[in-house]
Amino acid sequence: MLIYEHSRPGRKGAPQAPTSKADLSDIPPNLLRKDRAALPEVSELQAVRHYTRLSKKNFSIDTHFYPLGSCTMKYNPRACNSLAMLPGFLARHPLTPDQHSQGFLACMHELQTMLCEAMGMAAFSLAPMAGAQGEFAGIKMIRAYHQANNDDVRKEILVPDAAHGTNPATATMCGYSVREIPTLENGDVNFEALQQAVGPQTAGLMLTNPSTLGVFERQIEKIAAIVHEAGGLLYYDGANLNAILGKIRPGDMGFDVIHTNLHKTFSTPHGGGGPGSGAVGVADRLKPFLPLPIVVEDSGKYHCLTERDVPQSIGRLSAFMGNAGVLLRAYIYMRLLGKSGMERVAEFATLNANYMMAEAKRRGFQLAIPDRRASHEFIITLKKEASELHVTAMDFAKRLLDLGYHAPTTYFPLLVPECLLIEPTESEAKEALDGFMDAMEQIREEAKVSPELVTTAPHTLPVKRLDEVSAARNLDLRCKAE
Amino acid sequence: MPFIPHTEQEIDEMLEAIGIKDTDELFEEIPSHLKISGLEGIPQGMTEMEISRLMHKRAAQNKQAVCFIGAGAYEHHIPAAVWQLTTRGEYYTAYTPYQAEASQGTLQLTYEYQSMITALTDMDVSNASLYDGASALAEAILMAVRGNRKSKSRRILLPRTVHPDYRKTADTIVSGQNIELVEVDYDRTSGTVQLDALKQAAGDDVTAVVIQQPSFFGTLEDVDAITDWAHENNALVISVTNPLSMAVLKPPGQWGSNGADIACGDGQPLGAPLSSGGPYYGFLCCSQALVRQMPGRIVGRTTDVDGKIGFVLTLQAREQHIRRSKATSNICTNQGLVVTASTIHMAILGPRGLENTAAACHANTRELVAQLGSIDGVRQAFSSPIFHESVLLLDKPAGEVLQALAQKDILGGYDLGMDYPELGNAMLVCATELRTEEEIMAYRTALQDVLAVETLHKEIA
Repeated sequence: MLIYEHSRPGRKGAPQAPTSKADLSDIPPNLLRKDRAALPEVSELQAVRHYTRLSKKNFSIDTHFYPLGSCTMKYNPRACNSLAMLPGFLARHPLTPDQHSQGFLACMHELQTMLCEAMGMAAFSLAPMAGAQGEFAGIKMIRAYHQANNDDVRKEILVPDAAHGTNPATATMCGYSVREIPTLENGDVNFEALQQAVGPQTAGLMLTNPSTLGVFERQIEKIAAIVHEAGGLLYYDGANLNAILGKIRPGDMGFDVIHTNLHKTFSTPHGGGGPGSGAVGVADRLKPFLPLPIVVEDSGKYHCLTERDVPQSIGRLSAFMGNAGVLLRAYIYMRLLGKSGMERVAEFATLNANYMMAEAKRRGFQLAIPDRRASHEFIITLKKEASELHVTAMDFAKRLLDLGYHAPTTYFPLLVPECLLIEPTESEAKEALDGFMDAMEQIREEAKVSPELVTTAPHTLPVKRLDEVSAARNLDLRCKAE
Repeated sequence: MPFIPHTEQEIDEMLEAIGIKDTDELFEEIPSHLKISGLEGIPQGMTEMEISRLMHKRAAQNKQAVCFIGAGAYEHHIPAAVWQLTTRGEYYTAYTPYQAEASQGTLQLTYEYQSMITALTDMDVSNASLYDGASALAEAILMAVRGNRKSKSRRILLPRTVHPDYRKTADTIVSGQNIELVEVDYDRTSGTVQLDALKQAAGDDVTAVVIQQPSFFGTLEDVDAITDWAHENNALVISVTNPLSMAVLKPPGQWGSNGADIACGDGQPLGAPLSSGGPYYGFLCCSQALVRQMPGRIVGRTTDVDGKIGFVLTLQAREQHIRRSKATSNICTNQGLVVTASTIHMAILGPRGLENTAAACHANTRELVAQLGSIDGVRQAFSSPIFHESVLLLDKPAGEVLQALAQKDILGGYDLGMDYPELGNAMLVCATELRTEEEIMAYRTALQDVLAVETLHKEIA
């Protein structure tokens, strides 16, 4: 039932609106609205009940194991939320003068500093509002760097074919053409192909390491050397930082610029699809191009740099300070974990993934890359089940929902047929991992005995499989009030 | 203090299952000289008690003050239910609804959001939101360039009455794509952009015209005339609006004879706290004709195999995970959680509640302008009608006056000196529905004192 269906003309949430009489007589009538906006007219209780009920139709980390590969669905500590929502933070207007903002600015400065340390970069800007915007900022800085060197023949960004779709889309948005580099069966970049592709036209290479295939790129130093020799720069897509936090740093691998997904590695909420935060870090040579604002400290007082201080900056990415409230949550999370906590993140994320991979193998599932160590995630390919039992990766995914598990990422990376990309994260206990593998086994048994149970799943959720084709063909994108 | 549940015994069992002796072996593929021994620069971890103490201290260091600043972010009442519901784990810790059957809560709520925001703007369709108002304007410009097939110039008229940081953000985001943003000056008397100025800047061909209503100055633009002129000249119209104001002002879908083509803005006034500038969300609506040019997630209503109504992400063929380098945008998330809050906020306030709130903001700002304007050396900058925000001219440097007011814990407005030096000593002020008569009078007294003291100082000097 839609909220609109609870609506009755004239009903209102009386205690919430100001009581003063509207006087708009000074505004010319031709600039005023004539009709009343078709919003629902419900009581506060009806709204509260409706949205509480709706929430129960969601899977979430708080309610389910959510091993969505490449998304790092780890526990979001509640303290990060309640402390970021203290009135002293919520009420601060973004244009408040510095002397009324020292608490907030101190947190932001320390966050920048901790990110530099954890990533091995020289400087950080917290401006980007999501991973994709961080990528945009990173590639834009690469472009600004080449332009500042009067080097305008570099028109191409290299992207491995295993990369997230945002990588090529970002390069295009920054005015570059994209050349894809093939990946070997063992998950490493095809170095010969890369060698042939690199040249004076190369502006940079975008790399996720460990890659989306769930393995560490072993030739990283060779790759960095060849791109740098050709005058290109190296971009690190931080999607999989949870696999290396505390073990190895992008800066030490030779990357010139990185974005971090604070909503993954540093546990800020995914919120049903955002807000994220894509803070960007750079090596020294890209420092002058960082996006604004940047927080600096001057004899114990904090303030933000502006266009005047950083004239070569690629500029602003939002009206104010990016997703400030998300940044605060990441800051609180980092302080909670601290040095020893952060050092253990990759260790246990990787332990969980490799344990699940070993269990998958033991239980007879086929692995996409069986002979290597998994990073924080790994891939099962259900090729065999699809051809022999006629149940697909999608069917497994839907049946997992019935059994109380959110499905892993399906059909990504595109290179692996019938794949499930599984990322357990460090915050899951062993019994959740075992339970998930039991469910996988159960589904495979069901597929043998009663395949339609699997191919028509889910059966226990608010809706069964939905008609996506008709949704795209007969667009119904809003409720039209009568 | 990590959030890791493993017992020693479990670790041993897991290592054994993997067939290794210790966790170091998990990282054996990484060249050993690249590994770090530890994160030396990171402070030691804290308990929740300790971090709580620290954050309360930090929050207190953000000294509280009475806020008369708007300039794109507005302090409004938010019903207590809004964020209590929004931070339920089922909303807070879910992700993009890739598995539709397990995400009907988020999907239906987003569909309801799309219904509400299109009702407010009176536009045909909306996406599931973008990052913020400024980046939404950038995406609207990119969308107009893709969607206007009658225009080849890729020239966008961008009046100076549009929020300066929106213009800067748009420039950052679109500048790599061979698009020309043409700045158009405003009329010094009215504080609005004049049709003649637009005509002059237009030249032979313009792809789109951006209009902010109310303008950054709070003045009201002649949106009907500008919209019709743009359409007569084959240009699309992009509106930037404060969504709360649309409860009482003519919405973009009703501008001129045919309405604006793309409507964007920041959703912050509808349920997002000020929170130092974010997270807010950008809304983006358009006419049906442009729907396939829209960036970002879109939710559609459909049915399941039994004919039961359900909701899915739709038109995904536009997006980066499928189209890769040919996608409409690289955007992959929206601002789901803030949209959740905003949808609940709109539902609880309803059309009348939003109208009353908008009208109360306007009344308070008028009162503020009247009170401050009665002080010697303070006057309104522009003659046009305003909505809920206004520019005041002072006979002293605005920056210094605002600084002095801040000492008295009054955030008196936004200094326009940096972006509009031609205005002289100008500040932008706003009083939302939260400001009381006492606060407005206290501001008046404080400003009077500040201006008098300054004068005194000067006389002595």
